[in-house]
Amino acid sequence: MAENGANGSKMVGKQSIFFKDPPYIVASASIAGKKEGEGPMGSLFDLVQMDPMLGKNTWEEAESELMKEAAQTALQKAGLKNTDIRYLIGGDLLGQLIATSFGIAELEIPILGIYGACSTMGEAMSIGAMLVDGGYADKVMAITSSHFAGAEKQFRFPLDYGNQRPYSASWTVTGSGAVIISKQKNQNSSEPGVIIKGITTGKIVDYGLKDSMNMGAAMAPAAYDTIKQNFQDLGVDPNYYDKIITGDLGYVGKNILIDLLKENNYDISNIHMDCGIEIFNEDDQDTHSGGSGCGCSAITFASYILKQLKERSWKRVLFLPTGALLSQVSFNEGKTVPGIAHAVIVEAE
Amino acid sequence: MSNQKKGSVSNVVSEQDTKKRNENYNQYVKEVTPKFSMAKNMLQAFLVGGIICTIGQCFINYYKYLGAGEDMAKSYNTVTLVFLAVLFTGVGVYQKLAKFGGAGTLVPITGFANSVAAPAVEYKKEGQIFGIGCKIFTIAGPVILYGIFSSWVLGLIYYILKLLKIV
Repeated sequence: MAENGANGSKMVGKQSIFFKDPPYIVASASIAGKKEGEGPMGSLFDLVQMDPMLGKNTWEEAESELMKEAAQTALQKAGLKNTDIRYLIGGDLLGQLIATSFGIAELEIPILGIYGACSTMGEAMSIGAMLVDGGYADKVMAITSSHFAGAEKQFRFPLDYGNQRPYSASWTVTGSGAVIISKQKNQNSSEPGVIIKGITTGKIVDYGLKDSMNMGAAMAPAAYDTIKQNFQDLGVDPNYYDKIITGDLGYVGKNILIDLLKENNYDISNIHMDCGIEIFNEDDQDTHSGGSGCGCSAITFASYILKQLKERSWKRVLFLPTGALLSQVSFNEGKTVPGIAHAVIVEAE
Repeated sequence: MSNQKKGSVSNVVSEQDTKKRNENYNQYVKEVTPKFSMAKNMLQAFLVGGIICTIGQCFINYYKYLGAGEDMAKSYNTVTLVFLAVLFTGVGVYQKLAKFGGAGTLVPITGFANSVAAPAVEYKKEGQIFGIGCKIFTIAGPVILYGIFSSWVLGLIYYILKLLKIV
């Protein structure tokens, strides 16, 4: 297995990093919508919001509120104040990051707004961990959100328009997830520490698919590329991980990813999990290919995945939120749907 | 099927030429993506569309019974169906009907009403001018534009044929 390079370099292989002092994830928050609350992970979320509008006037205000609640809950759980956070790294799906800008403005934390479509949580955690390990911050927060109705309005049709969604379409998760990444372990907690050991940053991968209603298939090649690169950079194989967890490939994308990796003699079928598949109940909730959106991987990580790591059911996971980099404009102009996937190596101490 | 599927994914991974790889990938994705049953969808559309049209016929007969002429009864019927579709859109029922009925709810005038009402509800928050005003026809716009344009073209053809004394 590869170690850090010569002269204390943290770069590993082509696209990966091993942190010198791996930062800790000291707190997390998951705020979910009603449908997500009724799903298999419902009892694990910090808060389930039954009102899709959250008492606000617009979907955009509602999603902003989700994000604010996630940030505040994470701070509260960590026993920190907003002034303790050096940077906030976050983004969402709404045009020009509406939810991020309006949701966390009043927290007055220096912020780096990012866009990685549904891979945003992986990107935010990667940048956050780099800032902490690099000594540029002692505590940062990575945060993201999505809202079913807001995403439908922005990327598809108004909510009340009657149409049929294909089986390959996914259901945007209403929710916001946040984690606080810190240089030091949470001293007050008796739970085992969870560290970000390293990252593999993804490239934009485009296999020429144009169907925006089959995002799992558009993103699967990106997940494949990042996972393969991670194995090569680190000099490991799937056995290195207890779980490889993709963001929102759904049923269609999951099978494609496993197929693609099998062609490279990597079999991940036993250890692969997809947040989009886990978050909803396929039989009862009519979500077709599964959940999607920034919130999908974020709230799954902040609740279920961190819990498994703290309980040491899993020792080491590769967490890999996946994003489809399309906009309504690029789609109307006949462009393909490029994919991206950012991997974060998370370990229980 | 499984052999064919396996074959095509290896064509994706082994192909060096990007354009060919993308073609192979599109082909492979087509094979592994589940689809609606065409027969089931058509049957559902036939049923739902048929029921909507039967209700429409009932309205026409009723308006005629009340004393309206043939043309007026049809116009009253259109107004009634549009009103009902907008009402059902507002209370969130039409979407469920459309999910089941597909084109059966899209083709009758009720589908058109839904496609105008839905953006009106959604974009109301963005204001009367830039919200409802600009965006109310985002879905129905093409139908209106090309509907008017094609009737203009047909009118022109009819006019020329008439000049040539063909019709």
